[in-house]
Parts: sequence; structure tokens; C-alpha cells
Amino acid sequence: MTAEKMALAKAINESLRTALDSDPKVLIMGEDVGKLGGVFRVTDGLQKDFGEDRVIDTPLAESGIVGTAIGLALRGYRPVVEIQFDGFVFPAYDQIVTQLAKMHARALGKIKLPVVIRIPYGGGIGAVEHHSESPEALFAHVAGLKVVSPSNAGDAYWMMQQAIHSDDPVIFFEPKRRYWDKSEVNREAIPGPLHKARVVREGTDLTLAAYGPMVKVCQEAAAAAQEEGKSLEVLDLRSMSPIDFDAVQASVEKTRRLVVVHEAPVFLGTGAEIAARITERSFYHLEAPVLRVGGYHAPYPPARLEDEYLPGLDRVLDAVDRSLAY
Amino acid sequence: MTVESTAARKPRRSAGTKRTAAKKPPGAQPDLVQLLTPEGKRVKNGEFDAYVADITPEELRGLYRDMVLTRRFDAEATSLQRQGELGLWASLLGQEAAQIGSGRATREDDYVFPTYREHGVAWCRGVDPANLLGMFRGVNNGGWDPNSNNFHLYTIVIGSQTLHATGYAMGIAKDGADSAVIAYFGDGASSQGDVAESFTFSAVYNAPVVFFCQNNQWAISEPTERQTRVPLYQRAQGYGFPGVRVDGNDVLACLAVTKWALERARRGEGPTLVEAFTYRMGAHTTSDDPTKYRADEEREAWEAKDPIQRLRTYLEASNHADEGFFAELEAESEALGKRVREVVRAMPDPDSFAIFENAYADGHALVDEERAQFAAYQASFADEGEGDQR
Ligand SMILES: Cc1ncc(C[n+]2csc(CCOP(=O)(O)OP(=O)(O)O)c2C)c(N)n1
Repeated sequence: MTAEKMALAKAINESLRTALDSDPKVLIMGEDVGKLGGVFRVTDGLQKDFGEDRVIDTPLAESGIVGTAIGLALRGYRPVVEIQFDGFVFPAYDQIVTQLAKMHARALGKIKLPVVIRIPYGGGIGAVEHHSESPEALFAHVAGLKVVSPSNAGDAYWMMQQAIHSDDPVIFFEPKRRYWDKSEVNREAIPGPLHKARVVREGTDLTLAAYGPMVKVCQEAAAAAQEEGKSLEVLDLRSMSPIDFDAVQASVEKTRRLVVVHEAPVFLGTGAEIAARITERSFYHLEAPVLRVGGYHAPYPPARLEDEYLPGLDRVLDAVDRSLAY
Repeated sequence: MTVESTAARKPRRSAGTKRTAAKKPPGAQPDLVQLLTPEGKRVKNGEFDAYVADITPEELRGLYRDMVLTRRFDAEATSLQRQGELGLWASLLGQEAAQIGSGRATREDDYVFPTYREHGVAWCRGVDPANLLGMFRGVNNGGWDPNSNNFHLYTIVIGSQTLHATGYAMGIAKDGADSAVIAYFGDGASSQGDVAESFTFSAVYNAPVVFFCQNNQWAISEPTERQTRVPLYQRAQGYGFPGVRVDGNDVLACLAVTKWALERARRGEGPTLVEAFTYRMGAHTTSDDPTKYRADEEREAWEAKDPIQRLRTYLEASNHADEGFFAELEAESEALGKRVREVVRAMPDPDSFAIFENAYADGHALVDEERAQFAAYQASFADEGEGDQR
């Protein structure tokens, strides 16, 4: 038996372990990643097994973490850095946007920046402010970066392997509220390409496109809709830059309806890009405008209101109904 | 002893080592200002005694009361978190003297920029402790009007507030006012670029700001040595302003040193870095597990330097407080605990529409549109029968 069930956080841990084991140039860096194993224990035990030179506890300085990772990458290392929470990436945003993303192009393609930036993101865990945000569009907007997010343990394992092997910088968003969800990890599988979307549920009436934490919500919505006799297809995008528009188009041309779901604010978000592209590509196939479900143009609210803010089953199904009503 | 010479002298790795304690009277340690020893003995310090020379027994009792009530409030919040009433709590246990000493040094028209653990400073500023809990309960993202007590909102992104404090201080200077600013941050925060930039700006513009670093030895699991190779107070020298290390478990010394620094600022002599050498006795927050990264013995060693016990010993030995005082304070502390419990439990969840409140001061068409959609969506459930909000 090659597949085993494990939690998403554990799958990332195992993936990092595999990478450290197989390539001496791979480094783990971040605040509290060593002895503590990270605040979510994603790096648990790695420092013990690979030492302080490979699993590096850094000073409390995000710009420093990313900036030095760039330097290490220039020297041939493959750093995988952890940003403790979504809201704390911004001190490093300058390094990521003005340096990490552009250096390969500026050097006429002569240097590579194989840096992975791991960011636990999204809400739903009742945290205080700056601990629940979904800033993926801010990174996807920047050329030179790849932006991905797994939705389950099996993908998390393989996508991390692929991100580490990528010669481009990868922003790896980890859906923190799914850290403890278990699913199958098959270490001997031959994974699909990192940026390929995956149909996680087949359907004929409408396509729900999501990634990261919202895939599960969409699967639940599809199951609920099934009981009302509606057949929804669920697409896990897996990558926000690039986006697998071919997969979205293929699904939409089958179902003729599309609802994009993410936690991040709808305004100028990933869903906006998908709506625009699909309208362009599949205009004559669409029976309804592409609808989006996501966060509001407001700061992420205090924990007691996050259930109202985050798209849940009801809001997804409401959009499904609106689409089907056209 | 001048502060400049303090900064130039060779640092000692740990201020409380046996060797140090055995060889020199504690108050005379070049790198640690102390006025009250861990044993509760008053010691002389030529430079800083002046700042507490006129302190009355009543004021001493007041400092004691502040520390006891703050600790009680903190303990109550910790247990409320355990009971599920708060989502998270960042305890100040062990840091009462650093916070009360420095907080009591501020004047009403001074402005305080805290991080997220300054419950004792908030207390000194007259902020109702209950206000501090909303954010940790998850009913708001701040919870008070910063201008009503000149106590800014808690800041969770490490180090950001030091720049705000500097800018505010630059404003004070421009206005020709004689108030000052104090910015709190941790030893971990000292690694952030923002903190370095605040040192640069404050020095260049001679801003009336006191940087009060509570070195509680840990930044979650990272010890101070992971942030710096020189004692933190010495950093100031490189920016061109004085730095001083004070025993952060000695409320008198914290009061004296902070008064001195604030007065310098008021006189137009610019910024100061105060490093309060102290210890975080509890976990980083209620979601942290310190057993993963530090030994129990360390905490035990610091317990012997407890800030509250040492002042109590001094008050008793000097006959500044009697049984009645302590008994009365105990009762007051009980009452505070009870009130905090009640207030938290009664704290209502915010109205759903609070999501859209105050996103902009001038309003915004998109927010209006989304609010209206949200209202229609909510109403669609009400139509189905019950009429309740969900
Ligand atoms: C920019 C940023 N990075 C990471 C964090 C997560 N974090 C919260 S508190 C903390 C440690 C802070 O240590 P220190 O500055 O010493 O203050 P202390 O909590 O010990 O008072 C970290 C890493 C954060 N809040 N902000």
C-alpha cells in the first residue's frame, strides 16, 4: 500500500522532509521553525533531524528572511521560507515584489531564484487581526512570481515538492483552516503539473471554481445541491498564477455556468480575472454571467463576525441559484 | 556614572548571574540600573535616585496596587481564555514592574504607542481593562478611542508602532509642545526594519520619543541571542542617542529611568532607548507551548526576582504598608476579577453590519453596494419564516 492518510500540515512536513533529505541545497528558514516546529508545527521535528544549518530559526524580520533567502538562492541554495501568518508578509513585500520577482528577467535569464515562500492564509480559525487574510491576488498580480495553494494533503505533499523543484519563486499559500483535515497522500504517484486545475467532482449544470480552503466548501455545496437535483462540477484551480484557464473553459463549455469562490475580497480578485477571461473565451457558451462569491471590500472582521464574512455553503448555493435563474 | 559611559562599557551576558551578584552590589552594575534588589532592599544609584527621591509611601503603595491589580486582571483574562470566553490572550505575567514603572512615569499629555501586551501601561493610562478584551474576544479589531487616554491601539504587526510613535513625536516637536511619546516593543521586534528606521528618524529629527523595549528574553521560541549579538540598549549608541538597561522587575528603577528619558525628550534632547531587562513568566500567548523550547529552571530563577514580591518586602520592611492595606487590596483585586469576568461574559457579539462600518471615513460606493447586497441576502433568510438574522 503506497497511500496513507494524513493531515495537510503533516503532508507538508513530510514533503519538506523529503526535500531536505534528497537535496542538500534545500534550506528551511523562518521565525520559530526550529525547536518549536513553527506555530502550526508544520516544520515539527525537522531541525532535530537535519540540524540548525538546514532548518534555520531566523530573527524576527520578514524583509530580512526573504532578502537573505534571495541571496542564498543566488549562491545556489533552495530556501523554503515560512512567513508565520498571512498578515505578516508585508514587511517582506518589498523584497518579494521589487527583487525576488524581477531578478531573473533583469539578469537576462542568467540567474534563477528558486525560493519558496510558505504563507499560512485565510480565516475560519477565530484568530485576532492580521491572522486571517487572503492576499493572493496581491502576489498573482506581480509578474515573475508563481502563486499556488493546495486544498488537501495529497496535493500539499506533491505541490510542495514541485514548488521546491521549480526554478522560479513560488508563493505557496497554505489554507490554515485545513491544516488538520486528513486525506490520502500517495508518495509514489506521478503528480500532474503544478499549475494544472483538477476536477474534484463532476457535474453538468454549473461549475464551481475554487482553490485552497474554499474547495471543501464547494464540495459540500455540490453535495447539498445534488439533493435538490442540481449537478455541480467542482474545479480545484490549485494555482492562481498561472491559472489553468483551459480547464475552466473546458468545464464551463460543458456546464455553461460558472461561479468562482474565494475568501479574498471579490473586488479586483482572482475571480475577477477568471470572469473576464472566461467571458472572452466562452462568451457564446455561457447561459449566465460569471458570478463571484468572496470577501467584502472591508477589513477582515473580528473573529465573531468571520462566519458572516467568509463564503459558506449558503452563500455559494445562493450564487448557484442566481446563476441558474438566468 | 553617565549613561554614555554605561553604553561604552563592556556588556555582561546575563544581568543576574551569580558572579555579578557576588562581586558587586546590584545597584552598581554598570549595565543594569537597579534601585530595589530582588530581596527588596533599596540600593543607591547616583544617576537615577533623583527621579524617585521625593516618592511618598502612598505613591509606593500605589505602584504596588497597580502591579497587583494588573496581575490579577491578567490572570483573569488567561482563565477566561481557558473557559472559551476569549479567543486568545497575551499575558504580561512577570512584566508588571516594567509596565507600571514606565507607565506611571508618563504625563497625561504624553502619548503611548503599545504593542499587544501592555495591559499594565493601559491601566496606568486609565484605559478600562475591559476595553482591552474585545479584540481578544473577537468582537472588534481595536476597541477604544486612542485619543481619550492618549493610549494608541494595540499593534500586532511587530514593530510598526515605533515609526508611528516617532512620527507623532516629530509632530509634537513641530508644534513646539513639551509633551513626549513612549513606544513599547519587545526584544524580538528589535530585529524589524521598522524599528531600525524609527531609530534613524527619531535621531535625525531629534524627536521627543522614548523607546521602551521590554526584553522578556523570548520572541515566541526565539531567545534574545537570536535577535542580537550586543545588548540591546547598546544599539542606541550607533544611532546617536543614549541607551540604558534597567532592571525590568524593579518598578522603582523603571519609574526613575523612564522619567529621566521622558524629561530629556521634553527638554528637546531627543530620543532614548530604555531596555527593561525582564522575563515573560508565562507562555507567549495562550496558544503557545513554552515547554517545547525552554527549561522550567529558567522560569524558577526569574520567579526569585518577582517584581511584586520585592516591592512588598520593601513596603513591609520600611513600614510603609500594614496588614490592612494588603487585605484591602486583596478585596479590591477580587472585585476587579469579578467585574472583568462579568463584563466579558456580557460582551455582545457585534452586529453583522459592523463588517462594513468605518472601512472609510468618507464612505465608498463599493462598500455601500456590498452592504446593500449583504442586507438583501440576510433578508432572504428572514422571509423564510423565523425572521432571525441568519
Ligand atoms: C511582522 C510580524 N511577524 C510575525 C509576527 C508573529 N509574532 C507575534 S508575537 C511574535 C514574537 C514577538 O516577540 P517580542 O517582540 O520579543 O515581543 P514579546 O511578545 O516577547 O513581548 C511573533 C513572531 C507578528 N505579529 N508580526
